[in-house]
Amino acid sequence: MPDIFSHFNYVVVIVLMMTGLYTVFASRNLIKKLAGLSVFQTSVFLLYITIGKVTGGQPPILIKDKSYGVDDEGQALLDGVVQVAAGKDSYIIGGPGTDILYSNPLPHVLILTAIVVGVATLSIGLALTVRIREVYETIEEDEIEAADFVYNLEGTAD
Amino acid sequence: MSFLELIPDWLLIHGPAFLMALPLIMAAITAILPNKRVAWASTFIVTAILTLTAFSIALYNAEVGSTLYKMGGWAPPHGISLVIDALNAPVIVLIAVMAFITVIYAMPATIAEIKPNKRAPFYAAFLLSIAGLLGMVVSGDAFNVFVFLEVSSISTYVLVAMGAARDRRALSAAYNYLILGSIGATFFVIGVGFLYMETGTLNMADMARILADMDGGSRVSKIAFGFIVIGLGLKLAMFPLHAWLPGAYAYAPTPVTAFLASTATKAALYLLLRFTFFVFDPSYTYVADVLMFVLVGLGVIGMLFASLQAIFQTDVRRMLAFSSVAQVGYMLLGVGIATTASVAAGYLHLLNHAVIKGGLFLALGAMWYRFGITRTQDFQGLGQTMPWTMGAFTILGLSLVGVPFTAGFVSKINLAEAAADAGWWWAVGIIMLTSILALIYIGRVLLMAYFQSPPEVNGNVVDRNEAPLMMLFPMWVLAIASVVIGVEAGVMVDAATRAAELLLGTG
Repeated sequence: MPDIFSHFNYVVVIVLMMTGLYTVFASRNLIKKLAGLSVFQTSVFLLYITIGKVTGGQPPILIKDKSYGVDDEGQALLDGVVQVAAGKDSYIIGGPGTDILYSNPLPHVLILTAIVVGVATLSIGLALTVRIREVYETIEEDEIEAADFVYNLEGTAD
Repeated sequence: MSFLELIPDWLLIHGPAFLMALPLIMAAITAILPNKRVAWASTFIVTAILTLTAFSIALYNAEVGSTLYKMGGWAPPHGISLVIDALNAPVIVLIAVMAFITVIYAMPATIAEIKPNKRAPFYAAFLLSIAGLLGMVVSGDAFNVFVFLEVSSISTYVLVAMGAARDRRALSAAYNYLILGSIGATFFVIGVGFLYMETGTLNMADMARILADMDGGSRVSKIAFGFIVIGLGLKLAMFPLHAWLPGAYAYAPTPVTAFLASTATKAALYLLLRFTFFVFDPSYTYVADVLMFVLVGLGVIGMLFASLQAIFQTDVRRMLAFSSVAQVGYMLLGVGIATTASVAAGYLHLLNHAVIKGGLFLALGAMWYRFGITRTQDFQGLGQTMPWTMGAFTILGLSLVGVPFTAGFVSKINLAEAAADAGWWWAVGIIMLTSILALIYIGRVLLMAYFQSPPEVNGNVVDRNEAPLMMLFPMWVLAIASVVIGVEAGVMVDAATRAAELLLGTG
């Protein structure tokens, strides 16, 4: 039982993922399928963002500085400090070996990309549904298959 | 290397980035071009340049070995790197060449199949698809692979749906492809997420190194591997996950079908090779188990069932689509046996099958273009009414069956030999059996075409009506290529062997 609460995010991810997948496979309505697909993809966003969380970590914002592990020449005093040069000032990012703890920003960046991809997929899906409705005048899969039954039987259009 | 001396240095150095940047940028420009011929010309020029670049990169690679391109100058573990090595160089050439050949063919085909105001967007989507495929093949970064996978998939959904002008079933085929394709890509990205959890890096070479240090890693990397195999399995139409493929191939515009059949599933299969042998390693127990039981098992079942299904299709395009699923089974069998010879044979079949199936779909498209036919029973007398098209179809069809002196024979004999060397005699038997099944479905069409007279329409026997030259040329290039590979297989076999040696670390 305690495992469920200590891994609460993962539990939510699994529930969302399975709900989404089930909706995609179980419903016969094109819009409902796309809704399921969206839920499924959203669960992945949550999974990635959960990976990025570091217990007690701060937002990863560059600190303009000298005092944290860098001497006057800008040389790192400690191993594992990643230095970033931006303009004239020197900045540092905390890492192993420093006393600053940051959340990992990379998964957030990745997931921004994945969200864009998800939006693109969803919009193409919706556009296709609109076209299907124009042609078949229904968005129920059963009715579409019934309408194409004769087509499929003869193996050709017209 | 006189050819390489003609190529400017910057192209060789920045080639990997150029390969995906050029079609991406030109896609945006092509989309707003004033339609029709201008859009076609721009696509034609882009694919011609890509073909040239791909060839020079492949030759350069053969000369200097693997090259690493640092995107934006950021060093590999942090920055995104593009990698060219013996494994992906042939696939890059394949994609570029098939794109070029398809574009030549697309000129007459789109006039018949795509509405005039949709032609510029059609070519734009086509270029995007090329950019996505090349991007996912050259990328050395796992998440970047996902992004390009989605770029190519999303543009492919659009391309498939464009077949609606000809057959309304293209719409529901595209919708099914979208649902299953997105699930596949999402599974892949879940797998990459778990791998990132385990290794803390997205660079594939880095992942491989860290996983090797951890001796295969914990349960997290096992789950990652499972998700990646299933995700890519959906994309490459591994047997029970192939439901999207027949519809998408049958109802897409004909140039799109040819391009998809020869590149999209092949790029996904390349990724499967990259992940199973390069990022993961067959020495980990869970990878070996998946290779032995999942890939071989599903590959063999797919070979048998999809071949049988192909025999009972009334629509020739659906027949060839099922045959594609069966051929993917051969490649998976080669990959699953996991010896250098078998992986080389699987890889060789990947290249050869792309040439064969691309050509077959081009020939079918020409038949639709002239007579509007897609059913097997309509093939009556095509040997007389379209002799050149039917000639190319015959050569390529025999190559698919695996008749000696054709490309299909070379890869099948290599695969059978590799299976026999590994002691898998039953697999040799199944390769023979499915070749006979292929002979049945191809032979049925050929008999119809050559031994029946052309049908009568309104009391007149149908006249000879050959496809236009711009359609004949591409399909004959592929038909001749398949014979040349069959007779003089050395170059291809060497390339495949180098790729397999790289993967299995035996080179």
